[in-house]
Amino acid sequence: MTPSPAGDDGSESPGVDPEGLVASAVDRLAMITTLTALDELQTDLLGKRSALARAHQGLVALDPGERPEAGRRLNEARRQIESHLAVARRALELDERSTRLEADRLDLTELIGPALRGRLHVVQRTRDELEDVFVGMGFRVAEGPEAETDWYNFEALNMPPAHPARGMWDTLYLEVGEPETVMLRTHTSPVQVRLMESQGPPIYAVMPGKCYRRDTPDARHIPTFHQIEGLVVDRGISFADLAGTIETFTTAYFGADIHSRLRPSYFPFTEPSAEYEITCTICKGSGCRTCSQTGWIELGGCGMVDPAVFAAVGLDAEEWTGFAFGFGIDRCAQMRHEIPDMRVFFDNDVRVLRQI
Amino acid sequence: MRVPLSWLTDFAPFGGDPVDLASTLDDLGLVVEEMLHVGEGLGDVVLARVLEIGAIAGADRIRRVVVEAGGGPVEVVCGAWNFHEGDIIAFAPVGSVLPGGFEISRRKMKGVVSNGMLCSGRELGLSEDHEGILIVHDADSSGVGDSEVPPAMAPGTRLVDALGIGPDTVFDIAVEANRPDAWCVAGIARDLAAALHLPFTLPAPPRPASDPGAPVATLTTVEVVDEDLCPRFTARVLLDVVVGPSPEWIARRLALAGMRPINNVVDASNYVMLDLGQPTHPYDLDLVAGRGLRVRAARPGEIVTTLDGVERRMGERSVGMGDDRRDCLICDAEDAPIGIGGIMGGATSEISSSTSRVLLEAAYFTPMAIARSSKRLSLRSEASARFERGCDPEGIDRAATRLCELLGATAGERYRNAEGVLDVRGLVPDPARVTVRTARVNAVLGSELDDEQVVGYLEPIGFTCTSQSAGVVDVTVPTFRPDTEREIDVIEEVARHHGYANLPRRRPFTPQVGGLTPYQRDRRMARQVMAGLGAHEAWTASLLGPDQQARVGIDGGVRVTNPLTPDESVLRQSLLPGMLGALAFNADRRQGEVRLFEVGHVFPPPEPDRVARALARSGSTVIAEREVLGLALAGLGDDARNAAAAWQVLVDAFGIIDVELVAPGAGRADEPASVPAGLHPTRWARLVVSGREGGPGHVLGVVGEVDPTVLTEFGLDAEHRRVGWLEVDLEALLDDAPRRSVLVTPVSRFPSSDIDLAFVVDESVPAASVEKTLRQEGGELLESLALFDVYRGPGAPEGTRSLAYRLRLCAPDRTLTDQEVAEVRARCIAAVEQAHGARLRG
Repeated sequence: MTPSPAGDDGSESPGVDPEGLVASAVDRLAMITTLTALDELQTDLLGKRSALARAHQGLVALDPGERPEAGRRLNEARRQIESHLAVARRALELDERSTRLEADRLDLTELIGPALRGRLHVVQRTRDELEDVFVGMGFRVAEGPEAETDWYNFEALNMPPAHPARGMWDTLYLEVGEPETVMLRTHTSPVQVRLMESQGPPIYAVMPGKCYRRDTPDARHIPTFHQIEGLVVDRGISFADLAGTIETFTTAYFGADIHSRLRPSYFPFTEPSAEYEITCTICKGSGCRTCSQTGWIELGGCGMVDPAVFAAVGLDAEEWTGFAFGFGIDRCAQMRHEIPDMRVFFDNDVRVLRQI
Repeated sequence: MRVPLSWLTDFAPFGGDPVDLASTLDDLGLVVEEMLHVGEGLGDVVLARVLEIGAIAGADRIRRVVVEAGGGPVEVVCGAWNFHEGDIIAFAPVGSVLPGGFEISRRKMKGVVSNGMLCSGRELGLSEDHEGILIVHDADSSGVGDSEVPPAMAPGTRLVDALGIGPDTVFDIAVEANRPDAWCVAGIARDLAAALHLPFTLPAPPRPASDPGAPVATLTTVEVVDEDLCPRFTARVLLDVVVGPSPEWIARRLALAGMRPINNVVDASNYVMLDLGQPTHPYDLDLVAGRGLRVRAARPGEIVTTLDGVERRMGERSVGMGDDRRDCLICDAEDAPIGIGGIMGGATSEISSSTSRVLLEAAYFTPMAIARSSKRLSLRSEASARFERGCDPEGIDRAATRLCELLGATAGERYRNAEGVLDVRGLVPDPARVTVRTARVNAVLGSELDDEQVVGYLEPIGFTCTSQSAGVVDVTVPTFRPDTEREIDVIEEVARHHGYANLPRRRPFTPQVGGLTPYQRDRRMARQVMAGLGAHEAWTASLLGPDQQARVGIDGGVRVTNPLTPDESVLRQSLLPGMLGALAFNADRRQGEVRLFEVGHVFPPPEPDRVARALARSGSTVIAEREVLGLALAGLGDDARNAAAAWQVLVDAFGIIDVELVAPGAGRADEPASVPAGLHPTRWARLVVSGREGGPGHVLGVVGEVDPTVLTEFGLDAEHRRVGWLEVDLEALLDDAPRRSVLVTPVSRFPSSDIDLAFVVDESVPAASVEKTLRQEGGELLESLALFDVYRGPGAPEGTRSLAYRLRLCAPDRTLTDQEVAEVRARCIAAVEQAHGARLRG
């Protein structure tokens, strides 16, 4: 409780000094430290029983000639007291807020076991990125089974039973049906055949997926791996379209300074066939150890769809022409992230997974 | 194939920078994998004769060798074992410098001073051979005793003089499987000369001198029983042959090409193979029983001992190359096998120093038959590699004649051929005739070539062209190009010689909008949802060992016929074993607190009907493989709950409705009967899409905790860690499960009312069942329902727990009255108490 000034108490004197009231209020305000005390003081200074209020009531007793001047002084005193109170209230409110907030202080670097987002596997993410480039070029994405029949994996691809070219792929056969009729696909090319059989041309599609070969893993080869294959079948498609598509993809995915070139090669399901090379991504073509000083690195194979493949799926090779290309997704990931040994891909070591 | 530049120039006047030649070869599809510059810096290396070989006490890998290099015996220490006393070898004396700048110094090993080095072919940059030292003259197999070393090979002679070595470039060329013609120096020269517009000449060897008094038919016989395996077989007999070393230039070329010189007869055979692509086989006629040959298919189980000393069983079944089991054997006249036709000869009739009469086989074997046998026997040779790709059936005579010509220089003065040739000729492929349309060439290549250009590319590589009409050319393909049978094959030749780099480039216009299927888009999002839950994407093996499966209680499945290792012999039926393996791998590296997920195919056991349909080319898949999502949570908390929560997040992310967790004890018709493989027997639930009209639901997967015993089996610490597991058929979930409507329903403008209800429920009753009852009773007024507390302790008797739910009620068109809310509350309490034997907690 703030004590009332004794001298004013009970005084009915109309000769009260308004300026003195203001000065006294200022003095009392200076001692206030809480909003509660301020509320009490406010009642004391401006309330119905305050000296100011009583002085107002005493105005009627004054000489009418003095009344306006006395009233003006009293009003001025009230205005000043109110103003001083408001200033004090604002200051106290700010103090209280800062005390409260200080008590609420938090160190945001005190993180216990922060919850982190997981990472997508680098090979899967590479696959997504490759798909996106081709989608941007107007392609669709097709998929197929990993367990395949001889027809899709070999025969329809111009490799009749016992064709020597089958030796290009070390095949894992499954104990299903007659011996050697069912296998784990050795490439994504069976999806080409499925696509041509099921939907027919025009086809503009890429076919990513897992493939299997009977191989001992090393730094650059793994027996289970991912390929992405492209197939275009339409009227009037030529080798020029193949070379143009490959170049468009290469610069879009690897960067404007990386280009492609095609060199003669052999695959049973394409003719003419080509090996697909890109500017070495390490040295940008000037020659380094990675590219054996050639400035180029091999990425995959491609070629014009062999008429025998069209015949197998019942398409007229005179009406329709097409091209196919394929390369390793794991290899792309290895190149882009400069991963020395592919075997880390399926170790699933989180110390590696977290990095990329 | 290793091709010295100096050898190529036998056929065409190649010149200029070898780097440019290599680039032209690359552009032709004859990819130069490596270029070796040889014969440089060998001036210090001399020939030496091995005088003595002795052991060194305490060393079992190196020996003490005394050689004579022209200046008296020299002692060296050598780690190679491929030479014998009397051999002439390459020797680098102390102070000499080898290619690459390696200087030879005097060294002491195991107490023996080594005064120089015996060099391997690789150390000299002459071949890739690093197995043993370079033997210039083999005392044994040349048939020459050590006193009879030819003067050119006298110890002390400089190696470069003895072998006639000048600086040379060797191209190591990768020849594609469709280019048998390019598997010889002549073939590569033909292609290269055409590309460089140089004249190509195939030398015609002169007919060998023959003895009219000795007709070949009187000396030997040839019978071909199985002509389908060997359509052409020729035999010549070479008389009074002196077996000895080859001329240096032959020895050197063979060495550069990566073959070791043996003796003049064998070397001539190898030389001709490298030169012209035709393998031949010389027999010691007098060691062939009955002095005749029989060519026939092997009988199953028949045993042949090949030149390399290995006993091989013929006619076995094998995986991967068809199963005709017909291996072609060369037998003697008494029908005993003496070699495997086109693949490898036998040891019994090998050429030796005592050979005088040589029976020379030059044949054409059916490529497919050789390919199958070679694969079946796991036996590849220089000969089989050529025959399986297809040799030139009309190139046989040239090759045999060339062999005789080469032998003329070293086989002695009396050497001559028996008169005539035994030539058994069956159905040999004819030259292919192909009609080539220039318009088609341009349509396939996108080029603008004319007839003249097309012909201009074909004729230099031996194709004969006749113009049929404007834009149409009749092409006769030479027999050395068995790969070229159709118009498209000829178009490839035009493209190769025009140069792929010279063809235009164009981007096709796609008549469709590119994009992913809804499933593909959703799958990407599902993976992002998993990553958002803190899980890293893993890639575990699709192939498992049977024991890995067994550890999680799965058996059977699709087996691999020819697994590389037993650990990769069966296709996974669940992602769980692989993921537990990945968790264990990480735990072993002190990465115990891990969340992993994977999206991949799983393979249920084969169904005979499906397999039969697929093999009948119905287009269906042969195994009912499914793409599933697996999530393994190995945190420190109760990850079984977290797995269930992850499922809720996944379902919510796609707005999937009408899916439930069905826990054991739900009392439903479709209640799962057994614990899912590998899961904790009391901590699991199945993921079910509600059936239509109350019918049984469709199970999409499982959620729960991995059985602690299973964790232990995988080497994980089951004492201190729980592993939560979620596995769901992603295709069924994303493609088939019903989803919320995409239409937006306006929210009510009226205030809602909450009811909190806590029930004491027996532990055997799944919360999901209680929730389902509440939803039914809440009906249309129920805006939301949430389980907000589970309590076990005083007030909830043993074997029960309290489940507290908050129901928020709201009507679209009015404020609910207290009475309406009270009615719903009463209905809910009554229904839960009645259906689940529960009691409202006071």
